[in-house]
Amino acid sequence: MGGTPLLALNIACFPTCLPVEMLGAILKGGADKVREAGALIAGGHTVEDEEPKYGLAVTGLVHPDRVISNAGARAGDLLVLTKPLGTGIILTAAKAGMAQEDAVAQVEESMATLNREAAQAMLAVGVSACTDITGFGFLGHLYELAAASQVMVEVAAADIPLFPAALELARMGLVPGGAYRNREYLAGKVAFAPEIEEEIRDVLFDPQTSGGLLISVPGDKGEKLLAELARRGVSGARLVGRVVAGQPGRIKVVPQL
Amino acid sequence: MEREVDARGLACPQPVICTKKALEEIGAGTVITLVDNLVARDNVLKLARSLGCRAEVKEREDGFAIHIHKEEAVAAPTPAGEKKGEEAAGREVIVLIPTNIFGRGEEELGQVLMRMFLYTLTEVNDQPTTVILINGGVKLAARGAETVSSLESLAAAGVEILVCGTCLDYYGLKESLAVGTVSNMYTIAEKLLQAHRVITVP
Repeated sequence: MGGTPLLALNIACFPTCLPVEMLGAILKGGADKVREAGALIAGGHTVEDEEPKYGLAVTGLVHPDRVISNAGARAGDLLVLTKPLGTGIILTAAKAGMAQEDAVAQVEESMATLNREAAQAMLAVGVSACTDITGFGFLGHLYELAAASQVMVEVAAADIPLFPAALELARMGLVPGGAYRNREYLAGKVAFAPEIEEEIRDVLFDPQTSGGLLISVPGDKGEKLLAELARRGVSGARLVGRVVAGQPGRIKVVPQL
Repeated sequence: MEREVDARGLACPQPVICTKKALEEIGAGTVITLVDNLVARDNVLKLARSLGCRAEVKEREDGFAIHIHKEEAVAAPTPAGEKKGEEAAGREVIVLIPTNIFGRGEEELGQVLMRMFLYTLTEVNDQPTTVILINGGVKLAARGAETVSSLESLAAAGVEILVCGTCLDYYGLKESLAVGTVSNMYTIAEKLLQAHRVITVP
């Protein structure tokens, strides 16, 4: 983390049974976002596949001394998450035709929002460690950060930003398979307080598409980071937990801190 | 009225959609959903719970049959479920089972008693919130054990079944765990400390 993107290559998989205009719209959306990020699309690959898939391979620049890795968190840091959780559950419900339109619209807006402003806020303030939340879910990426940094972390369920619809949909069983795989992988690594409800656990394991940044910031800079994020329009950012000394890689989820 | 939904071979979230549709269509009665994987099983159980329906799981050769009992018109996914969670949080009752034999004496009798105890837990009104299996207790959740079906019924009724991972390793049973969630001493100790009441099987 902490770099600037320069060039991007499209990688698209697309079935022959869907209209080619749809692929055009996907590529245009990608190109718009790459331009917004200040980079260029330099080409790409398209493959025939049963389900549409799209991604980018990005090359960028960062000074070797200024790379922000996931291994720098220290006891006394605070943890900040910049986007709400629950995209996987809401998209699963959308596939089933069981998600409210406004819930889907909220998720789409969040997924289409770059992490650029959040990254710049973090660079301006100076932080210890950072990772982005994607397929391994909030707890999966938090575990990677805690293990790489050799620290223990505590998060407060009440403070974690969630899309409002995600809890209800999780309760109804619209939980993607990936959330169960994440839960299985993290068995024994996460300790939940007993009063943390099942649907909250599901959201914390839920794989995210285009999720936010999880930032570990020195305790005395926490307020400054939140203020800088707010100033740059990253309105979903919340303080979600803290880094403590203890068993490396161990995660505790408590109702409140 | 009884309706069977064959959701085998369907990808998530189809099993949930098909089950929900069937539950909406029948009056009172039972919907039996057939699924062939754990994700579908757990998601359909969540649906049943959110609708306030009682459900039990029967293991089959090709997966699971989930029997969901609907008593009256299905209301919208219920905040009642939420309430239940809150109440439960206020009075966690844990049954700690550190052995596969109930009580001291003849081993054979102890095994029978344990089987009866777990079966009886599935029948009583005030079920515990959590059952913790530790040391020899983990054998009760291993494939082939006669207690598996009772533990499955408890799990389906919303009782959390925690199984000690270290103990599974020790007895070489990790691969044959048939029911419950693998857990660790940290979680188990925390649960015991925060419980309202812990009942230890002798």
